Amino acid sequence: MGRILAFIPLAIAAIFGGFFLWGLNPDRDPNNIPSVLISQPAPEFDLAAVDGLETPGLSRADLVGNPRPVIVNVFASWCVPCRAEHGVLTQMVEKDGLTLFGINYKDKPEDATKWLAELGNPYERIGSDLSGRVGIEWGLSGVPETFIVGSDGTVLFRYVGPVVGETAISTFREALIQAGALARGQNG
Amino acid sequence: MRYIAFAFLLLLPVTALAVEPDEMLQDPVLEQRAREISRELRCVVCQNQDIDSSNAGVARDLRILVRERLVAGDSDKEVIAYIHARYGDYVLMRPPLNRVTLALWMAPFVFALVSLLVGWTVISRSRRRAAATGFSDDEKAEIARFIEENASKDGS
Repeated sequence: MGRILAFIPLAIAAIFGGFFLWGLNPDRDPNNIPSVLISQPAPEFDLAAVDGLETPGLSRADLVGNPRPVIVNVFASWCVPCRAEHGVLTQMVEKDGLTLFGINYKDKPEDATKWLAELGNPYERIGSDLSGRVGIEWGLSGVPETFIVGSDGTVLFRYVGPVVGETAISTFREALIQAGALARGQNG
Repeated sequence: MRYIAFAFLLLLPVTALAVEPDEMLQDPVLEQRAREISRELRCVVCQNQDIDSSNAGVARDLRILVRERLVAGDSDKEVIAYIHARYGDYVLMRPPLNRVTLALWMAPFVFALVSLLVGWTVISRSRRRAAATGFSDDEKAEIARFIEENASKDGS
């Protein structure tokens, strides 16, 4: 009995040590909120086109029945990281032939139009979410956020924040490969 | 007197009100319910705040949504369930008891039980040791003899 008691401090140290090791892991992001949407059907929504833009609007029906999984990107002209991300997404559309849909979040139509005229428009469809209500349906915490949606309308992946920089892009490309939207070894 | 009044003023909690007047409902009962629900919901942008005290855009949208659902006739539980369905457990200030949060909820009881167990073992062990230091009958007799011998020596 005395031997077992003598090991208690060691056991406590091991438990706390393990907890600290887990907590101090630099790859762990405590701000990361797991999305409830993953592996769930995409939310029901129907958004009109951005006023003054020729790109058609976006609804849930557009996400279903595509030959390959599609990317749904939530963006706004007032969002600075979106500007940085724009080039990455454009590349994915132009070089990898991926389908990109956009949700223009709480943006003035004229600002969005100007922004896309300046940077180019890689989006096949853009829905204008003026009230931010569709954003809530998607469980949005901010812009940009990017989702991968399967052909059956299931949400496969969610990326919070801009897909910019080597780590983010490789994470996102890996998710695209997992989703079957991209062949392995295909370089962007 | 003025200083005392000022000191009391400093004691008042400074609570910045995030709820803007245009969000509030006309019906004070519904508004009160909305405030209570808002305090149960976490802001997903600034995660240590409830949406009632957060100035984030999404928090404002959620506050308006809560009020819309209330006006539409939802019960408090239905409103919370509506937002919970979209944002998951994370949005609740009080995490629900489920498989993932089991460790969180059970930890205090487990710690209490373990510490009681350890404490009990330590105390009962020290008691047993006290009993062990008692003398056997032979030893007692020897001690008595020893004392007697010495006492008679002193007497002489």
